[in-house]
Amino acid sequence: MGKIKNVFSTIGLTFVKGDWMTKVSYIIMGFGPLIRGYVLRGVAFLLMEIFFIVYMVKMGGFYLSKLPTLGTEETHMDPATFVTVYGDNSFMILLFGILSIMVIVAFVVVWYGNIKENKAEEERKAAGKPVPTLKEEVNRIIEDKFHVTLLSLPTLGIFVFMVLPIIFMICVAFTNYDYNHQPPTHLFSWVGLENFGKLFSFGGKGFGHTFVSVLIWTLVWAFFATFLNYFLGMGLAILINRKGVKFKKVWRTIFVMTIAIPQFVSLLYVSKLFAADGLINSYLLKWGWISQALPFWTDPTWARVTIILINLWIGIPYLMLITTGILMNIPEDLYESARIDGANGFQMFRYITLPYMLFVTGPYLLTQFTGNINNFNVIYLLSQGKPKTMDLTGGAGGTDLLVTWLYSLTVNDSNYSMAAVLGIMVFVVIAIISLVVYNMLPSVKDEGGFQ
Amino acid sequence: MANVKEKKLHKQHTKLKNGISYVVLILLSLIWLCPFVMIVLQSFRSYKTELGGMVDYLIPKQFSLDSYAYLFSPDCKFFKWYLNTFIIAFFVAIGQTCMVLMVSFALSRSRFKGRDLWMRICLILGMFPGFLTMICLYFLLKNFGLTQAGAVPGLILVGIASSGMGYYVCKGFFDTIPMTLDEAARIDGASRARIFFTMIVPLSKPIIIYTALTAFMAPWCDYIFASYISFGYTDSYNVAVALYNWVYTADYQGFFTRFCAGGVLVAVPVTVLFMALQKYYVEGVTGGAVKG
Repeated sequence: MGKIKNVFSTIGLTFVKGDWMTKVSYIIMGFGPLIRGYVLRGVAFLLMEIFFIVYMVKMGGFYLSKLPTLGTEETHMDPATFVTVYGDNSFMILLFGILSIMVIVAFVVVWYGNIKENKAEEERKAAGKPVPTLKEEVNRIIEDKFHVTLLSLPTLGIFVFMVLPIIFMICVAFTNYDYNHQPPTHLFSWVGLENFGKLFSFGGKGFGHTFVSVLIWTLVWAFFATFLNYFLGMGLAILINRKGVKFKKVWRTIFVMTIAIPQFVSLLYVSKLFAADGLINSYLLKWGWISQALPFWTDPTWARVTIILINLWIGIPYLMLITTGILMNIPEDLYESARIDGANGFQMFRYITLPYMLFVTGPYLLTQFTGNINNFNVIYLLSQGKPKTMDLTGGAGGTDLLVTWLYSLTVNDSNYSMAAVLGIMVFVVIAIISLVVYNMLPSVKDEGGFQ
Repeated sequence: MANVKEKKLHKQHTKLKNGISYVVLILLSLIWLCPFVMIVLQSFRSYKTELGGMVDYLIPKQFSLDSYAYLFSPDCKFFKWYLNTFIIAFFVAIGQTCMVLMVSFALSRSRFKGRDLWMRICLILGMFPGFLTMICLYFLLKNFGLTQAGAVPGLILVGIASSGMGYYVCKGFFDTIPMTLDEAARIDGASRARIFFTMIVPLSKPIIIYTALTAFMAPWCDYIFASYISFGYTDSYNVAVALYNWVYTADYQGFFTRFCAGGVLVAVPVTVLFMALQKYYVEGVTGGAVKG
C-alpha cells in the first residue's frame, strides 16, 4: 500500500512543483527531456507515445471494445446477395484484446518513468550538473545498463512466445472454444467457470472421474519415474565406481550411448518390440513359453508397468552420469572411519552416501519430479496414452498423463477450452508440489553463496 | 596362521563380489545395447524377399541394403527431411546458446531492480506444460507465413524465441566464477562486453558447449511442435515426424525396416557427436544437478 501511495504522491508532487516543461510532459511524453537537451531519451519517450496512440487507434481500441463479448456477428452468407459476410473472429479478438491490455499497462509504466525522468532532470539542473553528451548516453546503455541491453531480446521472445500465449490459454479456459465454436466461421464466448464445473462433475458425461484417475496415474508415474530411476541409477554408479571393477570408462560409455540416441528412434522401436506382433511376443510364442500374446499395450495395468520399466532403460544412464560425479565428491575418510567402526556396505550407504546424495541433489529431484509430470515424449512415443477404455471420458486412455491428455484434447478433439483447463490444473499441481517440497529442502541456501 | 586364513577368505570374498559385479554389468550392458543391435540388424533385412513389415524373427534371412537404398531413392524425401532437421538443429543451437549466454551473464553479473521478479516469472512460466501454448503459437506463426511450407524457419523461431528461460545451468556456472575477477578487470578499465568476451566466455567453454550440444540434439527428437506446425506438408517434415508417421500410419507394416534404416542414419551422427563432446555434457549435467 505504501508503495502505491508513494507512486501517486510522486505523480502529484512532480506536477505541482515541476516547471512548465515537466507539466507539458504529462501530456506529450519526452517533451521535457527534448527541450532540456536529453535528445535520446526525449525521442525514445515521444516515439513510444506515438506508437501507443497509433496502435490503440488502428487496432487496440477495436479489439478492446469487442473483448467483453468476443464478437457478436458470425461469418455468414447474406441470403439476398449470396455474398459471404465476414463477421467477428473470436480468436483474434481475444488475442489482440489481451495484447492491448498489456500494451496499456506497459504504457502506464513508461508514462510514470517519463515523469520520474523529468523530476530527475530538474534535480540535476538544480544541482548544477551538465546535460550528458551523446557519447555518455551510449556508454550508459552498454555499460551501466548493460543487463537491460542483454535481457531485452530474450525478454521480448519470452513475452511473445510464452507470456502472451499462456495468458491467452488461461482466458480460453473460461470460454466455450471447442469443436463447435471454431473461428473464423463460428464465434466462441465467455462461459465463466462452466469448464471447471465440468472437470469436477462426477457421473454422466462429466470429466471428474477421468480427471481423478488420470491425475493419480500422473503422480504415480512421476513418483516411480523419479525415485526408481534415481536409486537404480545411483546403484549402477556405485557398482561401476567399485574399486575392483576395471574398464570403468567402457561400462559408462555403453550406458551413456542411450542418452545420445534420439528418443524417438529408440522409444518407437522399443514400443514396437513390445507390440502384440512384436519380437518379444513372437519369440515367447515360438518357444512355447506363452500361448497368447502378452497384453503389453492393450491392458492398462500391463501398459503402465511396461512404461515405467522402459523408462528405467531411458533414465538410469542419466542418473548414473549425474551421480557418478557427486559420489566421487564424498570425502573418502568418512568411509574410512566408518569401516574402522565396523560398518558394513549397506550401513555405509544408508548413513553416509544416501544423506549426502539427498542433500546435494534435493533440488534436482524436485525438478525431475515436476519434469516427469510433464514428460510427454516417453508416454506419447511408447503408447500414445492408449489403451482407450470405456470408463474414461474425454478420449483419455489408460496410460495418459495430464499432458498427453491435454495434447489429444487439442489435436484430436479440438476441445481447446477443456485442454486449457487441464493446463491450468497441471500448473496448479506442479506449483503446489514445488512450493511445499522446496521449502522442506535442506539445501535451499542463498544462491550467491559461491561468489 | 588364522590371520593368513582370514586374509585369504577375505580375498576370495572380494573376488566373488567382483565376479558378481561383472556378471551384473555384462547383463545390464546387454539389455541396454540389445535394442540398438536389433534395430541395426532389422534395417539390413532384404525388402525384395522378406518385405518391410514386422516379422517374428530377428536375424534377416538375407542381408541387403534395400531399405537404405529406398531412403535415397527419388520417391522418398528422406534426404530433405534430414536436411530440414539439420538446418533447424544448427540454427537453434547457435541462437539458443546466444540467448542463454546473454540472460545468464546479465543475471549472474548484475544486480538490478526487477532481477528477482524476472527470475520468479520465469520459474512460474516453466510450471505450465510447454505445449499449452501450441494453438496460440500456431496462429502467431501462421500470421507470418511460418507454418506448413514455412515450417522450418518457424520451428527455428520457436526453438530460439523463449529459450532464454533455460538459463539455470549456465547461470549456475557463471556464479562460480569469482566476482573479484570482474571487479579487477573493471578497475583496469575493461568494458562489460570485453569482460564477457575475453574472460567469461573462455572460462565457460564447457558450459557453452553443453548448451549448444543439448540445443542441437533437441530438434532431432521434436515431434509435437514439428508435426503441428508442418501439418500435412511433407516437404517441411523433420525426421521425427516423418519416421513417426511411417511407424503409425496404416501401411507401417511395409515401412518398418525403412524406419529402422532411417533411425540408424539419424542416430549414428548424433551419437558420434555426442560421444565426442561427452566430457562437456557430463560437466554440464552434473553441475546443473548440484546447483539445482
